[in-house]
Amino acid sequence: MVGPSSSHTAGACRLGLLARGLIGGTPQSGLLQLHGSFARTGEGHGTDKALVGGLLGFRPDDERIREALQIAEREGLDYKFEKVTIADAAHPNTVRINVELDGRKATMLGSSLGAGRIMVQEIDGYPVEVTGNLHTIVLVAEDRKGSITKITGILAEHDINIATLRLSRKERGGDAFMMIECDEEPDKKAGEELRALDWVRWTRRLPKVSGG
Amino acid sequence: MYKALADAIKDAERDKKSLAQVALAAESRDQGRPVEDIRAALQRALDVMRSAIEKGLVGDLYSASGLVGGDAAKLRTSAKGPLAQTPFRDILTRALAVQEVNAAMGVIVAAPTAGGAGVLPAILTGLAKAKSVSDEKVVDGLATAGLIGAVVAERASLSGAEGGCQAETGAAAGMAAGAATEMLGGTPSQVGHAVALTMQGTLGLVCDPLGGLVELPCVFRNATGAAIALAGIEMALAGITFAIPVDEVIDVMGEIGREMDVRYRETAGGGLAATPTGRRLAKERLYQIKRADG
Repeated sequence: MVGPSSSHTAGACRLGLLARGLIGGTPQSGLLQLHGSFARTGEGHGTDKALVGGLLGFRPDDERIREALQIAEREGLDYKFEKVTIADAAHPNTVRINVELDGRKATMLGSSLGAGRIMVQEIDGYPVEVTGNLHTIVLVAEDRKGSITKITGILAEHDINIATLRLSRKERGGDAFMMIECDEEPDKKAGEELRALDWVRWTRRLPKVSGG
Repeated sequence: MYKALADAIKDAERDKKSLAQVALAAESRDQGRPVEDIRAALQRALDVMRSAIEKGLVGDLYSASGLVGGDAAKLRTSAKGPLAQTPFRDILTRALAVQEVNAAMGVIVAAPTAGGAGVLPAILTGLAKAKSVSDEKVVDGLATAGLIGAVVAERASLSGAEGGCQAETGAAAGMAAGAATEMLGGTPSQVGHAVALTMQGTLGLVCDPLGGLVELPCVFRNATGAAIALAGIEMALAGITFAIPVDEVIDVMGEIGREMDVRYRETAGGGLAATPTGRRLAKERLYQIKRADG
């Protein structure tokens, strides 16, 4: 990785990569709201460069992170930083990233936990727990019989093996929340097929951003 | 991966294997990748560690704030001091070199974090050079270090913001001591004692960097962390044992971290960062960074 801090650079870069993954490319605009230690010591640690570097698709060991802010200007990524206090943020190194590309918008709340490990707590307002250690699909659907069979069937047709699957719901007949970690990267078509199911309210794919 | 070093040591002793072999087998199962893949990744990490040391030894790197830099070269060339021309001196030099590269936003291997990234490469490559250890054995050392780091992450913390510097350079020193003890012929049980003997010496260490930047004292704390690790290695290889089991030492590190006031956890609110000079330097240098970034 590029120094100087695994929390402030490697972790921040991975959070940027995940936000980029949500909209499938380098965003045209990015609003980065820094909380806690990210806000207080972020500049000296290069957190700003690492977050923007991640949005540009740089991995944590890419030396271009050092020039990420200049590169962003050249590539038409209009970024803006804000220092904020996020009331329910559990960890001192937390950022909310708002990105937009060709009208597609996404919002993500994530923390850098130390040693480059990260945790995304919220996407588009939905609570999640994404680590970026595996390719991940998150999905909100109507609570109905057979939904898991249908979803896992689509993934199997695309030759994607499921590593872990978590299912939860607030109440019977309410929205069911699913988080699926996959060994293979789910392609765009698999994502579209899931989205096309009329009882799926919302779904996002997130790339694997750590590990060799 | 293992949640207790005692379990890994027990498995290694039962199967007459090294902790490195046990760690590689566990990692291979967890990741679903062959051991050879993992060894290749560790070899790449070792190559990055060596190239960071080389860059840092030149002495032309300075951090954005200018607070640190150029000191590895001083230690490399100085003829003074009781440790001149010893492996001990070489290891201290290497630890500074990696941290100076890190502070200048160069490429390093987080081991376990960037702030503590100097200790493990310094100890492993320095001792490998002094004792003519093959790269294969050094890669084994990285696997053992990874096992120790994973247990510390599981039981305590690897984040200065959570557990103070004892969770960063302290954990790094424990990882390095255990790895080097095995690399130099120590038994799995001696590895456990090396980690315990080392980490007992960093318990309570606060994270108090000026301005919250990974520069001062972080660069120097990697050198002193390496010195403590060398003490742990030396004692463990002599057959000295530590009465408190290693997993309990790790647990208490986590406990101390959780009870540590937030001022001492990377926030620059206490310790060296809050001294009159620390505050003044941070203010001056942070202003300088902002100006440089335009």
